Amino acid sequence: MPTFTYMTRCDGCGECVDICPSDIMHIDPVYRRSYNIEPNFCWECYSCVKACPQHAIDVRGYADFAPLGHSVRVLREEASGTISWKIRYRDGRVKEFTFPIRTTPWGSIKPPTEYAAPDANALNSQLLAHEPAALGVENLPTLPVLGKKEV
Amino acid sequence: MSLRSSRNIKFVDSDILVIGGGFGGCGAAYESRYWGRNLKITLVEKANIERSGAVAHGLSAINCYMGMQWGENQPADFVRYARGDLMGLVREDLIFDIARHVDATVHKFEEWGLPIMKDPETGRYLREGKWQVMIHGESYKPIIAEAARKSASEVHNRIMVTHLLMDKVRPNRVAGAVGFNVRDGSFYVFRAKAVIVAAGGGSHIFKPRSVGEGAGRTWYAPWSSASAYGLVLRAGAKMIQMENRVVLTRFKDGYGPVGAWSLLLKAITTNAYGDNYEAARFDEIKSLVGKYAETKPMPTCLRNHAMLQEIKAGKGPIYMQTQKVLDTKEKEEIGWEDLLDMTVGQAVVWASQNIDPKEKPSELTTSEPYVMGSHATCSGAWASGPEDCAPTDYQWGYNRMTTVEGLFGAGDTIGGSAHKFSSGSFTEGRIAGKSAVKYVMELAGNLPQVDEVQVKMLEETIFKPLENFEVGRNEIVAGSVAPGYISPLQGLQRLEKIMDEYAGGIGTFYVTSEPMLNRGIELLSMLKEDLDHIGAEDIHQLQRAWELNHRVWTSEAVLRHTLYRQETRWPGYYYRGDYPKLNDAEWHAFTASQYDAKTGEWHMSKLPVHHIIE
Repeated sequence: MPTFTYMTRCDGCGECVDICPSDIMHIDPVYRRSYNIEPNFCWECYSCVKACPQHAIDVRGYADFAPLGHSVRVLREEASGTISWKIRYRDGRVKEFTFPIRTTPWGSIKPPTEYAAPDANALNSQLLAHEPAALGVENLPTLPVLGKKEV
Repeated sequence: MSLRSSRNIKFVDSDILVIGGGFGGCGAAYESRYWGRNLKITLVEKANIERSGAVAHGLSAINCYMGMQWGENQPADFVRYARGDLMGLVREDLIFDIARHVDATVHKFEEWGLPIMKDPETGRYLREGKWQVMIHGESYKPIIAEAARKSASEVHNRIMVTHLLMDKVRPNRVAGAVGFNVRDGSFYVFRAKAVIVAAGGGSHIFKPRSVGEGAGRTWYAPWSSASAYGLVLRAGAKMIQMENRVVLTRFKDGYGPVGAWSLLLKAITTNAYGDNYEAARFDEIKSLVGKYAETKPMPTCLRNHAMLQEIKAGKGPIYMQTQKVLDTKEKEEIGWEDLLDMTVGQAVVWASQNIDPKEKPSELTTSEPYVMGSHATCSGAWASGPEDCAPTDYQWGYNRMTTVEGLFGAGDTIGGSAHKFSSGSFTEGRIAGKSAVKYVMELAGNLPQVDEVQVKMLEETIFKPLENFEVGRNEIVAGSVAPGYISPLQGLQRLEKIMDEYAGGIGTFYVTSEPMLNRGIELLSMLKEDLDHIGAEDIHQLQRAWELNHRVWTSEAVLRHTLYRQETRWPGYYYRGDYPKLNDAEWHAFTASQYDAKTGEWHMSKLPVHHIIE
């Protein structure tokens, strides 16, 4: 289901160009608006659709197996931490769903440098950052030496 | 050339260079910063790490979580599961190492803000199956990217890394990497003390089922260009199990996930006549693979095999009976979210074909093959294992270091450790990140040096497709047909046709043989020569040209490994028509290859599979 851009909604801001994992949303040099330059490399991941501030990008199912007349629209709201979907069938049926996307404020992740620096000797242990506490068990599992059987 | 004279050259010096900003790379950035507070850590990504890698789209489940805090599973159980699924051949030390750390990773994800579903009765994570937990994962990648951005000294988005650089003095030591900016065409030289390759596996190695614009709807992301392998194997890293391509059973055409539908909602799969066919095919499967037929749960490849036999017998289409399980609104939401979080395209297929899963069953099919190291498959580089539990011949240096000094890997890069998925790949990135910090600290003054001559040569090689086009284009009036060059897409289509027809793609029902593989190698060698004549009309196409290059080199490894293993180890992934059965006496071993850049030769060998867990 490759993406396409509605001429009257796109203002050429380039958010889709910036986010597309496949590098296929480009700005048309004549119209100064975005379009999908390689539909056959579009994974329908909706990254551009979600990122577009003008809701100018939509998807039409891949021509080789999707009959016309459907739409799957999305609204991703970072402030409320939700994503909402509206699915319209070829026969007119509609389904709507809303799901959470994040439980903490955007930008709130504590970087590794804000934790106390590890002891230099710990570099030689098998423990990774925040272990063993983060494991939820007392010790990092190891294999008994006897289990080190060579076949 | 005008294109060359105006080119910018940028040098980026780092202690640790991480190539690829997917889950493996983000984990590597986080952990290397934790241990290496003052190190210069650079993360380079060909797209934008906010939405890059296989999880760009999102995910609906975390497929690797032990639940040790509740006593649900132990790492050793996970090793047994992954070993069973891969028909006995895995690096048990590597899988154990991931499994023992992965819970801490997942707990961190939850703390960062990833919504993990809870079982209302127990308060524990809601299990999809024994190893999977359900998540609201639309923003899984942006959350993980935030952690990586706060860890790396610099993140360079939109840089396509094309080659690794080797040390001028010690040829088997890595010294950095080169690539170009896909927006402005600048040439980038990354000089680093240690390099962690966390790039992706390969889609579009084999011809996809869909055609035309639908070719974008591969199960695995079209931007997964096998760079993990294309980079490390040409640097001389020893590779294993490159024949172990994976074929997935998914909803037809949209390739939407079936995990939640089958494991959590308990929807069953039948042939067109409503029969459960897997049990009926047990004896036939046992005649091919012996005791492995009894593995519980049934290995992924064998389930594929049973389905393929049904289709060959004219009993398709195969259906998942979704309508029988969606009896509540909650279940319907779980089913739909499974798609919308990670494969919106499947929702489009259902909407366009008027398939309401509440009312009628939905068709399943087997995908084209993919080459990966993180799913139900384990192609990749041979890596040194964890110091405390790897058998002696599985360790020669730092954990997750390849056979090239200073070159580490994570995620799809590392072979032998199947079933990592998202959480395991991030965990392996963490393991490699810590290990690389240790390596860099112990290097002291013994630093690698970039070879200026090599850099100059690579610069010319990298930008040559632009010149090929500029020159070749003048020969013709217009259009896409020129005698002197082919486009990256034309090259890709030739590759997919070769691999499909000779290496066991959908066109032969996944069957190949020695004569077919030899013919495939012959045709591929001509395609490799033609790579010097790829014409790229702009910088975007130059990215496609180098993605093709990585895919072609990876494909050569796939062909050679498939030829070397004289058995059918994974029926349902591929079949050696000339060796139709599993042969444990001779092939309970890893296949290994090492490419010698000086001679252009591939050295094939067997490596032992050690069972360190009962």
